Amino acid sequence: MIGLRDLTKTYVMGDETIHALAGISLDIGRGEHVAVVGPSGSGKSTLMNILGGLDRPQAGAYDFEGEAVAAMDDDDLAAFRNRRIGFVFQSFQLLPRLSAVQNVELPMIYAGVEPGERRERAVALLERVGLGNRLMNKPTQMSGGQQQRVAIARSLANQPDLLLADEPTGALDTATSGEILELFEELNRQGLTLLVVTHDNEVAERAARRIAFRDGKIVSDERGRS
Amino acid sequence: MRPGELARFAVGAIVAHPMRSALTALGVVIGVAAVVMMTSIGLGAQQRVTQAIQGLGVNMLIVTPGSGGGGPGGFARGGAGSGASLTDDDAEALRQIDGVIAVSPAVRGFQQIVASGANWNSRVEGVTPDYLVARDLALSSGEMFDDRAAQTGRTVAVLGQTVVTELFGEGVDPIGQRIRLGRVPFTVVGVLDSKGQSGVGQDQDDIVLVPLQAGRSRLFGRRVSGDEVQQIYVKAADEDVLYDVETAVNERLRELHRIQPGQDDDFSVQNMTSIQEAAGAATQTFTVLLAAVAGVSLVVGGVGIMNIMLVSVTERTREIGLRMAIGARRSDILTQFALEAVTLSFAGGVLGLLIGVGGAMLISKLGDWPSAIPIWAAPVSLGFSMIVGLVFGAYPAWRAARLDPIEALRRE
Repeated sequence: MIGLRDLTKTYVMGDETIHALAGISLDIGRGEHVAVVGPSGSGKSTLMNILGGLDRPQAGAYDFEGEAVAAMDDDDLAAFRNRRIGFVFQSFQLLPRLSAVQNVELPMIYAGVEPGERRERAVALLERVGLGNRLMNKPTQMSGGQQQRVAIARSLANQPDLLLADEPTGALDTATSGEILELFEELNRQGLTLLVVTHDNEVAERAARRIAFRDGKIVSDERGRS
Repeated sequence: MRPGELARFAVGAIVAHPMRSALTALGVVIGVAAVVMMTSIGLGAQQRVTQAIQGLGVNMLIVTPGSGGGGPGGFARGGAGSGASLTDDDAEALRQIDGVIAVSPAVRGFQQIVASGANWNSRVEGVTPDYLVARDLALSSGEMFDDRAAQTGRTVAVLGQTVVTELFGEGVDPIGQRIRLGRVPFTVVGVLDSKGQSGVGQDQDDIVLVPLQAGRSRLFGRRVSGDEVQQIYVKAADEDVLYDVETAVNERLRELHRIQPGQDDDFSVQNMTSIQEAAGAATQTFTVLLAAVAGVSLVVGGVGIMNIMLVSVTERTREIGLRMAIGARRSDILTQFALEAVTLSFAGGVLGLLIGVGGAMLISKLGDWPSAIPIWAAPVSLGFSMIVGLVFGAYPAWRAARLDPIEALRRE
């Protein structure tokens, strides 16, 4: 589904040049559950940003189901993020003014889904993540685990092909983390392609494939549960 | 994206902070209210000046003896026209000019008027019947003395409403009553229609008209002798011929008075219409100036909107990053924030318009100052408030749309 060839991305910080991605090549198949691990600064976040269409590589090719993502303009990338990608962030990134349902509806508004249909879909998604009784709650009225569930429901709003999660359990306690990871696994079993960026080994070990990064390069790529 | 969704985002953000939004819009409220009020007051003043000068008679020239003396106050010097150089013959000659429909020579002064024990001081003018045409006056009862009476000097008088009220009381018909002007007895033959106050506060109904010759020989004989007159009112048929008539009056009088080319006139001609135009232009300048000063406060209001929008963009950086991550295009972000600024400014404009109109009405009611709220006040002030929102909202919105989503999401 995803093919990366010789992706390069460098940042200049002062007089130092950082090779965030130093020629990465990688294939990810539909339905995979991938964990990307590595110390901070190893390039794993940059990889995620490029995969999600938030950033562009300086060189190399990014093929997403036959589409050359690296060559898209800003508007095409926005549409790509809207329809193909679901993002889950460490800090949830819910809009505090909006209720759970309204937060989940947001990506559908940008996709042009009709009000009636998007309300229906948002409610169904919240029920799917176990928040059927919290529809009208604001983020501040919910626990961290509940907020992350709303964020996951939002990421699924436009039936994305790829879910990108950046340290999704980083702000949660162990028990809640377990619940969120189980939710991810369940979604993966239902066919969703999942890529989790983490430096938490417990999180990484639950993935079927683990890719380790160091200094902008892939240092290992293992399959199978350890 | 469905139309209207961005407007809903904008309105949602505005109502989320009602106090802040109200204070942000306040600058525009004050600005628009000030512009509407100032314009209304200025236009009111303009109308008052126009009416005041029109009250003297439209399409009318006033000829006075002596040179110079231009300007609206000039004709008041008529009584002081000691070196009088205007005569009945001059008036007769002016009557022959094409386009002239009425000519009334006049003598004038103040007199004590006594009737049945009451007495009153008033302006008395000795005129011919044409005076009514020249000054656009009409009678409410009785009749005007005729030309023969004007020339023979019968002791009859036509009174203004104020004089009637002061001498005989409200609602009394004085026709046929005897009055004394100074020591001379006169018979009341007519009453003038009320004209009300002139713009300069002069009571135009405080007047007594007597035949020209009666005024000259019986009342003001010490100041005017023989066939002298102190003023000649000349009425042109309409505005189109007014300026030609003015030229012709000048030429004819120079000819009659044998004034050589290069020599100064020994009379002066005031064109009421051109005075009105000049005064109108002056008050218009005054109006524009007032509106411009008020407009500055509208601009300041716009700067207030820009300031808060910039703060808002900074505060909502993460929201902007999130919106971009889930599929908002840069143009969506730009439109959302621009709409927010325009909506705030427009709402301020609506409120400002209401306050401005209310304020103008209040001022004219309490301060006895005419205010004319122009019809274009609504579309123009609302249009301007939207433009202000757009101009001052553009930069913050552009800043929002240029944010890097990765950076924005990372912001705490």
